[in-house]
Amino acid sequence: MSELPFNSTSYYHLLSEHKLMGCRNKTSGKFYLPPRPMCTTSYSSDMEWEQVSGKGEIIAFTVITVAPTHMIEAGYSRENPYCAAIVRLQEGPAISAQILGVDLSMPEEAIKIGTPVQATFIERGEGPAKRIYLAFEVVQ
Amino acid sequence: MAVKKLKRGVALVGAGMTPFGTFPGLNTRDLFVQAFQEMRASVDKGFDPKDIEALVIGNYSSTMFEGQNFMAPYVADAVGLTPIPASRVECACASSGLALRQAIMTIGSGLADVVLVGGLEKESDLPIARVTDVLATASDSIYENPAGFTFPGLYALLATAYMDRYGATPETFMKIAIKNHENGVLNPKAQFGARIADIMVSKQKAAAKRGKPVPQWDSELDFLKDDQANPAIAWPMRLFDCSPVSDGAVSLLLVAEEIASSFTDKPLHIIGYGQGSDVPTYERESLTTIKAARIAAEQAYATAGVTPKDIKVCEVHDCFTIAELIAIEDLGFFKPGEGYKAIEEGLTSRLGPRPINSSGGLKSKGHPVGATGAGQVVEVFKQMRGEAGPRQVPGDLNLGLTHNLGGSGMAAIVHIFERRQ
Repeated sequence: MSELPFNSTSYYHLLSEHKLMGCRNKTSGKFYLPPRPMCTTSYSSDMEWEQVSGKGEIIAFTVITVAPTHMIEAGYSRENPYCAAIVRLQEGPAISAQILGVDLSMPEEAIKIGTPVQATFIERGEGPAKRIYLAFEVVQ
Repeated sequence: MAVKKLKRGVALVGAGMTPFGTFPGLNTRDLFVQAFQEMRASVDKGFDPKDIEALVIGNYSSTMFEGQNFMAPYVADAVGLTPIPASRVECACASSGLALRQAIMTIGSGLADVVLVGGLEKESDLPIARVTDVLATASDSIYENPAGFTFPGLYALLATAYMDRYGATPETFMKIAIKNHENGVLNPKAQFGARIADIMVSKQKAAAKRGKPVPQWDSELDFLKDDQANPAIAWPMRLFDCSPVSDGAVSLLLVAEEIASSFTDKPLHIIGYGQGSDVPTYERESLTTIKAARIAAEQAYATAGVTPKDIKVCEVHDCFTIAELIAIEDLGFFKPGEGYKAIEEGLTSRLGPRPINSSGGLKSKGHPVGATGAGQVVEVFKQMRGEAGPRQVPGDLNLGLTHNLGGSGMAAIVHIFERRQ
């Protein structure tokens, strides 16, 4: 794994192996998820991969009823909306992802900022378009 | 850091725009010609277009909307300005705010005395789903879009974060929409020149005409809370929280301050200017403020030497209602977490103590992305010169401000204008 460049291609490659990974800069100690090829504090590229627990909490969310093309292709619609959110990971960084397992009919009551969630991996698309996406499930 | 200022002053002496709306059969160049003609007519003492020394246009994506990249020389040709320098800048929804800034710098540097600014976008030729996809190319295609985000979705994030932190409710957002529609009624250039109440009546009439049950609502708020009449787009942002898909063009004439009096006796001096950038939503420390806008506003106030309370008239970037709420806090008109109370109390209405978006804002006037920032300047120009007709904000409007955001707030541009007589 050490040969993987610290960038989005590697991030998604690792997601396809069900690993949520960021990188730590050895000079500044700063942790980046998603990974970056250069630390924006130390300007050093001396990075190492680090896997995270996948535990985090919702810091902002929405329930999307008018979906973009790729989500419509994934089966979402006004009748079948989805929750998209920003999750702050226990390790510090935050990331955008879909939230699974929440009641979408009454978002104001059913979804709360601060809700603990756990990373999961979802598969979308067929054949060569098949891809693994990051999502989070509410911790029961 | 010391405030860095222009080497010489710049003044706005002319401003014109097309109506915003959907105009089948008119392309970007046609629209710009209309805006240019209105701008020419607005220059009190007249001028010879041959005196224009540079053109800077703001345009988000004629490339994808019209299949025409490289728009600047085509626009220059349409108004007979070749062979002067013609440049296009892109900064998502802040494209023509940036064009204005670049034009100011061109004059401020001494490279030109007379510069034409354009803002233009032609969106409605594409089907709505394609328009949405084109707009989505301004959000993070690597990390936001794969999570299913849309632009309404990104601003909805700010809305849920704000509601959670400060206790605002979706009703606050609805009150912004009601206010901006009230203002838009008085603006003949607005895409939706109708009150929410008028829209209710037209929906009732349409239902009756089709022989369907006529819906009843007790009030505008009641209508906006109706999931059928005002469906969610990205909760808590509903249809009436979102600015529309629009076509439009704007034209502004800037000149060096020392020659302004040969164009008009009522120039607007551009005394404040600021621009900021920020990270995507998921990297931000706070989602209840737009840092780029705070930075741009700080610079603009510092360069102008004025404070928020000095500003008399103001256009903010309400691409979604939540953006107006955050804007009035970022601009320092209200403390963080206090803006929603000001809206609830009606303080931001056209006749209130802090009028915001007398034009109707992006919500009602329309949001032709690349034309929006320059369009805000047209409103401030008219208001500060007492030419806004029935929607004139009362009082001596000697200082005006425009606040133009790009994307999810990853860019912001603020300008402050002063009328000295």
